[in-house]
Amino acid sequence: MNQDKLYRRTVVALVHDKPGVLARISGLFRRRGVNIESLAVGHSEKPLFSRMTFVVAGSENSVKNISNQLNKLIDVVKASDISEKNYVSRELALIKVTCNQSQRVELLELSKIFRVNVVDVGINNMTFEIAGGKSKIDSFVELLDQFGVIEIMRTGRIATLRGSTKVGLNDGEFSEIENTNIYVSEDDSSGSV
Amino acid sequence: MKDMIKGSEIVCKALLKEGVDTVFGIPGGAILPLYGTLNKFPELRHILTRHEQGACHAADGYSRTTGRVGVAFATSGPGATNLITGMATAMMDSVPLIAITGQVGRPAIGTDAFQETDITGATLPVTKHNYLVMRASDLGPIIHEAFYIAKTGRPGPVLIDIPKDVFDELASYDYKRDSQIDLPGYDPYMKIDENQIEKAVELINEAQKPVILSGHGVIISRAQEKLLELAEKAQIPVVTTLLGISSFPENHILSTGFPGMHGMAYASITLDEADLIIGIGSRFDDRIVGNAKRFGKNSKKIHIDIDPAEINKTVKIDAPIIGDIDGVLKILNPKINTQNHIEWLKQVEHIKAEHPSLAIPESDKLLGQQVIKTLSDITKGDAIICTGVGQHQMWAAQHYQFTKPNTWISSGGLGTMGFEIPSAIGAQVAAPNKTVWSICGDGGFQMTIGELATVAENKLPIKYAILNNNHLGMITQWQDMFYDGQRNAETYSGNPDFVKLAEAYGIKGIRVKNQEDIKKAINDANKHDGPVIIDFVIEKVDYVYPMIPAGGSVDELIEEEKK
Repeated sequence: MNQDKLYRRTVVALVHDKPGVLARISGLFRRRGVNIESLAVGHSEKPLFSRMTFVVAGSENSVKNISNQLNKLIDVVKASDISEKNYVSRELALIKVTCNQSQRVELLELSKIFRVNVVDVGINNMTFEIAGGKSKIDSFVELLDQFGVIEIMRTGRIATLRGSTKVGLNDGEFSEIENTNIYVSEDDSSGSV
Repeated sequence: MKDMIKGSEIVCKALLKEGVDTVFGIPGGAILPLYGTLNKFPELRHILTRHEQGACHAADGYSRTTGRVGVAFATSGPGATNLITGMATAMMDSVPLIAITGQVGRPAIGTDAFQETDITGATLPVTKHNYLVMRASDLGPIIHEAFYIAKTGRPGPVLIDIPKDVFDELASYDYKRDSQIDLPGYDPYMKIDENQIEKAVELINEAQKPVILSGHGVIISRAQEKLLELAEKAQIPVVTTLLGISSFPENHILSTGFPGMHGMAYASITLDEADLIIGIGSRFDDRIVGNAKRFGKNSKKIHIDIDPAEINKTVKIDAPIIGDIDGVLKILNPKINTQNHIEWLKQVEHIKAEHPSLAIPESDKLLGQQVIKTLSDITKGDAIICTGVGQHQMWAAQHYQFTKPNTWISSGGLGTMGFEIPSAIGAQVAAPNKTVWSICGDGGFQMTIGELATVAENKLPIKYAILNNNHLGMITQWQDMFYDGQRNAETYSGNPDFVKLAEAYGIKGIRVKNQEDIKKAINDANKHDGPVIIDFVIEKVDYVYPMIPAGGSVDELIEEEKK
């Protein structure tokens, strides 16, 4: 098995809104050596419940069963690995760049093309607010590189399934077994003692 | 208000409502308010252990014997951290436990106060769930929820951490109100998917060479009768996992032993020859599967389990069924065709004859295997057998013939040495009229040796059989086999005289040095109306066979020592 190859999964979870929930979830990722690339948490449409979106990366084995493992946590109402499903995702970034007066016009032109808001202007700096998919933000950052990026703040992705489906309470459905399709058949017993 | 009672009383009342009759524990500063209330509740028997690990293992043994939730008390800080090994043991083997720990008072939390530990943080990975209770009014609902979580679905340990001043705070307790469970997303009584059943039925009815791999889940679900029904109806041989031992009577013609690292060769070979493996309440553990790529390469696999996260975890499954095993088999069994599998059973008999696996080496010395075999013959499967971890555990699993459910109490998943003394305490307290034998190694015995005082104090008539070779036997075996015989830190040259030690506790001590004396010693112990420690001075170096090295397969099976 290629230990170095990273598998990226997008997981959405409806969770109880109380202390310690994030520690339980991040502990589960940590234990399996899964890195949290981005994490966004906020209130959901239901009082006392939050919705989280994780983008996690790890070896094929460590991420293959991740939503089933998350669903075992009592504080997780429902977690779903939506990587293979049809979903939209967005994130917000604030990007601060250096710019002298002569560069301002060029930067404003770029911001129009990307439909980016300027939220702060200083004598030799400028801050943009950009919302969109990961690739849009990445391309914009790449363009700004030549001007000298001072700081980037990204919220992490939030995601929702297209259509009327939501990740939430299981309404008497059968217990799902998720991601049986990414089973790894490689010899993975080398770690046993 | 007149209905207001102290938090500590709420704890006791809620425990009684949950049917608790015994708790194991040790007091300490932060939990003293609870102990101060215990006198008001004589129905709650408190067994004072000598170490919190002992309390937790005793609660574990109690639970495994009865299927009910075991309860342990400990104080904050070191008391709570001492529970961790016990919690991890219960977590790995899906044993329902409740641990109640004292915590420093609410104003002191987070100040590094005396005996303060973040025990809810520390036990996150070794509990099914845990709580820090910050208001006495939450105690009732949390305790009932904790029991519900511990015993339903895939059972496990739940820890409830209660600050000292919460025990003293006043609140009302109303069983009807407080036992309402509202846990969205936690559904242990999930519907069973008929489609999953149909697929499995098809595979079972078509299979020419099916074998059942029966695990601990069968015992937890109390599905032994349904398992027997399925096996007999379709004439399917049954291998059990290590923890599945006692889920199927071993004197039954279809019983085919336990497979894996130190299992019977014929069990491993039967699994390998099968064209269908029906895993029931087993998690296809690495000790059975070994090389996952090679395991059961000729077979399709059905996996019946209550935990969806276990499906496809180590082995690729063709037909999973999620649900409580008893419930699943209730639907599945009637759909299975009556079969006789004459050819296949003949083949299994042939495998058993070719690979007897349980031959005790010819020797005029005293061997551990002889002790277990004699114990099995004398007690006829009627005793509850507890063990520690190591060679003696494997010999007990191999040479004792288990015929009754819940008679095998052993730390399978975590492999906790030191389990042998306290788990037997729990088993004997739970089943006072049963004979409890604990098979021990001299290594593990000394890890929780202080609990002998608990045994003596409570006059628990447990029979401890130490297979004493003054060695960490399994360590010696591995060092000899896999580390070029580089023996290190495997010899116990400072062992106490276990007979004198027994006497020091007021326990009857017997020493056995020859094979001829095994029978008499066991009979004497059984006749003695109190605890007994038998020091079986066995052969210094002896290996457990058969053996499949870690990560190996049936191809690397070593059946016996090369002469």
